[in-house]
Amino acid sequence: MANKFDIHIRAEQEYAVLETEGYLNDALGEQLSQKAQDLIEKGYNQLVINLAKTALINSIGISILIEIIEALDEREGTLNFCGLSATQERTFRMMAIAKYAGIFPDEKTAVADFQ
Amino acid sequence: MANTLSNDQVLLTIPMLPDMELAAANLASFIAESMSFNDEQIEEIQYAMIESCINAFEHSRSSDQNVIIEYIMRADELEFKITDQGVGFSPENRPVRQNGQQDLYPEMRKRGWGLEIIHALMDRVDIRSGENGTTISMVKRKTNENS
Repeated sequence: MANKFDIHIRAEQEYAVLETEGYLNDALGEQLSQKAQDLIEKGYNQLVINLAKTALINSIGISILIEIIEALDEREGTLNFCGLSATQERTFRMMAIAKYAGIFPDEKTAVADFQ
Repeated sequence: MANTLSNDQVLLTIPMLPDMELAAANLASFIAESMSFNDEQIEEIQYAMIESCINAFEHSRSSDQNVIIEYIMRADELEFKITDQGVGFSPENRPVRQNGQQDLYPEMRKRGWGLEIIHALMDRVDIRSGENGTTISMVKRKTNENS
């Protein structure tokens, strides 16, 4: 079954935003993880993942997001999420992700948290 | 792929192939929307359906590599029965795919969340599992604001 997905990156001086589009499963999760890892290698330790255009996420996709949190934590970095639906936020909080990453309503507030 | 059994039942068989869980979730969404469930409930149903299917894909070791999903519409609730013909499991000993790595934060473990997500998002969940397969039955009730 075709699952169209894409990742858009906006890298600023102090932070980078990764915007996902499509179903966040293992395939999109692995791509996202690779792009996040590339940014971390370049010295970015403040990342935002904007999920506003991702209507559905499965638990494998979430497990990959946890790996990104861990990778940033090793560099004393910060990951903020934004654009989550009510069910996504509830699931993230249940999985204790909210303890180790920020959850914000939109990109503006997620970025403002870095300053 | 979808067969109508009666006026209030739909049967869907999906192969255990990547992203086929979306077919099951999209049909669940369509049926729930037609029954006037609200948007948040429809999303909860989709997430629970995705996790149920992935559970079967990953852990059933089914020889026919199919998952059968029954959608049962009632006046005030929607029931889903997700069945595989795999080897079964004990719900008390939930299947967790081991990746050989220690989780950095045990409370934020990476895998093994599927059944917890299903329980959190649905109103009733019943799991019947044996050597001939597993059926997860999950029910979502319409809230008063929808009825």
